[in-house]
Amino acid sequence: MTSRVPSLILGRLLIALVTLTIVSFAVFFATTLLPGDTATILLGQAATPEAIAGLRTAMHLDDPALLRFVYWIGGLFRGDLGTSYANHMPVATLISGRLANTLKLAGLTTLVSVPLALTLGITAAMWRRTLYDRIVTIATIGVISVPEFVLATLAVLVFAVYLKWLPALSFTYNVDSFSGLLRAYAMPVITLTFGVSAQMIRMTRAAVIETLNTPYVEMALLKGASRPRMVLRHALPNALGPISNAVALSLSYLLGGVIIVETIFNYPGIAKLMVDAVSTRDLPLIQSCAMIFCFGYLILITTADIVAILSNPRLR
Amino acid sequence: MKTHSSTEPRASTGSRASTGSLTAWSGYRINLVGLAAFSVVLFWALVALFAPYITPHSVGEMIDLDYFGPMRPGLWLGSDYLGRDMLSRIIYGARYTVGISLAAVSIACFTGVVLGMTSAVLRGPVDMVVSRILDAMNSIPSKLFGLMVVAAVGSSIPVLILTLSVIYVPGAYRFSRALAINIDTMDFIMVARIRGERLPYLIASEILPNIIGPVLADLGLRFVFIVLLLSGLSFLGLGVQPPYADWGALVRENIGGLPFAAPAVIVPSLAIATLTISVNLLIDNLPQKIRDRSAS
Repeated sequence: MTSRVPSLILGRLLIALVTLTIVSFAVFFATTLLPGDTATILLGQAATPEAIAGLRTAMHLDDPALLRFVYWIGGLFRGDLGTSYANHMPVATLISGRLANTLKLAGLTTLVSVPLALTLGITAAMWRRTLYDRIVTIATIGVISVPEFVLATLAVLVFAVYLKWLPALSFTYNVDSFSGLLRAYAMPVITLTFGVSAQMIRMTRAAVIETLNTPYVEMALLKGASRPRMVLRHALPNALGPISNAVALSLSYLLGGVIIVETIFNYPGIAKLMVDAVSTRDLPLIQSCAMIFCFGYLILITTADIVAILSNPRLR
Repeated sequence: MKTHSSTEPRASTGSRASTGSLTAWSGYRINLVGLAAFSVVLFWALVALFAPYITPHSVGEMIDLDYFGPMRPGLWLGSDYLGRDMLSRIIYGARYTVGISLAAVSIACFTGVVLGMTSAVLRGPVDMVVSRILDAMNSIPSKLFGLMVVAAVGSSIPVLILTLSVIYVPGAYRFSRALAINIDTMDFIMVARIRGERLPYLIASEILPNIIGPVLADLGLRFVFIVLLLSGLSFLGLGVQPPYADWGALVRENIGGLPFAAPAVIVPSLAIATLTISVNLLIDNLPQKIRDRSAS
């Protein structure tokens, strides 16, 4: 029997590519809807009509939208993200440092939340219908149901206002020692970890329980395997696929979470850059940030799907 | 519904749903947690509905000489950053938060479910195209989408409602399509097809009654997502604009009170939390019969 896996994965990648094209269309045309003439914004109210007309030609603003879209995509592939309207710096320069900051934040959150969430999710499934499980379930529902900014506000209240352990704002330029690093990242990471883990715990728990309900696990129980052995040796290997799927999906929550968290803690990441770009209507910057976000999201979702395909032995 | 009660669409596979523990005994009885959650939801619905009759003070009137005043008789929830009565502002905030979210979720679910059932019945190229486009929309993170729309056309209540509903159409579509495809393979659908029934009849009279339970539960979940997104946007200053304020906007405008733990910033946060948590708990504890009806 020939394996169907390569063709399935190829198909999934193709779908991701089609999606990316549709998304870039959407991003481009949504941002061209922005009111106001770009050339006038750049040159200011006092500019002469000739100067404005010259700039319009230079920036291809008079070309049809479809042509501008092609220019834009071509630029993206060459790594040319355009020039910021607000401060005339290349968008690539503006973004690079900020992107690294956001990736640091996301990486730290992943390091903290994945082990935490998997432990809680698997143990909750193991001791299903106990008080422990009930508490974990209700706590995760609670966290999921609350907007990120409320989590952040509560974190500030508890750790900065009442306990006075941590600063309420994040100062990344002040990271020269380990404790400084810890203090700078603690609040944003705590807030994001709460949100990400809650999702992950729920999905992990559901995935393990799903496998626990299968006949072969019942068989393991009948032959006298202990509960931890039944879960860890028999159920877990088969739940790994859905679990890694859950991990990838929950991590995509980070993309929404950082927008709020970076704003509230004044963290110099790419989401903050984008929120600021929205208020200054800085078109090329918004487009590039939006594309980066969508790209990251798509990578995570596609990874989740591919892991699900790879871990299904029936497809091998 | 009664016409094919005999063709009950496959028994649900045990209590696979994540927290069916307390509702394991089937039937239409609701448990205690569900009942408590329901009362909280009902409470906020009534508050939103009767807001003008129950506010003790005018929403915009500055009645406290102090700002971020503490809770005390007469000003039960303290005062905000301008010395306005927080209780009245919360009561009016309920109108915007609940109202906008309810309008958005109704549009989103109606569109999504109709499209989903249509795709499931028609299959082929229609299904293919609609699914691809909606999947692509789904791969734009929701907050980013909201941010972009607000940047493009500005923020007003109709724009917000429309944006929020567009964002959640793909989810409702995916969910209802998956359910409808299961139903579509049933014999009674085949019989209806052979009878020569058309699309509107098939989706409205044959498929919808069989998926209505899970669809309503899904509507509740999506309502929570919308409340969260709306509050998030308002918190960023991109949602409901002054002089109106929903709960997210109330947190934003009073965030300066955070260092003194002023009730003005804590209470709206709690209001959002109680609403969303209780809707979630209500759905999680819905009677098995409603939740699992034909859901896989």
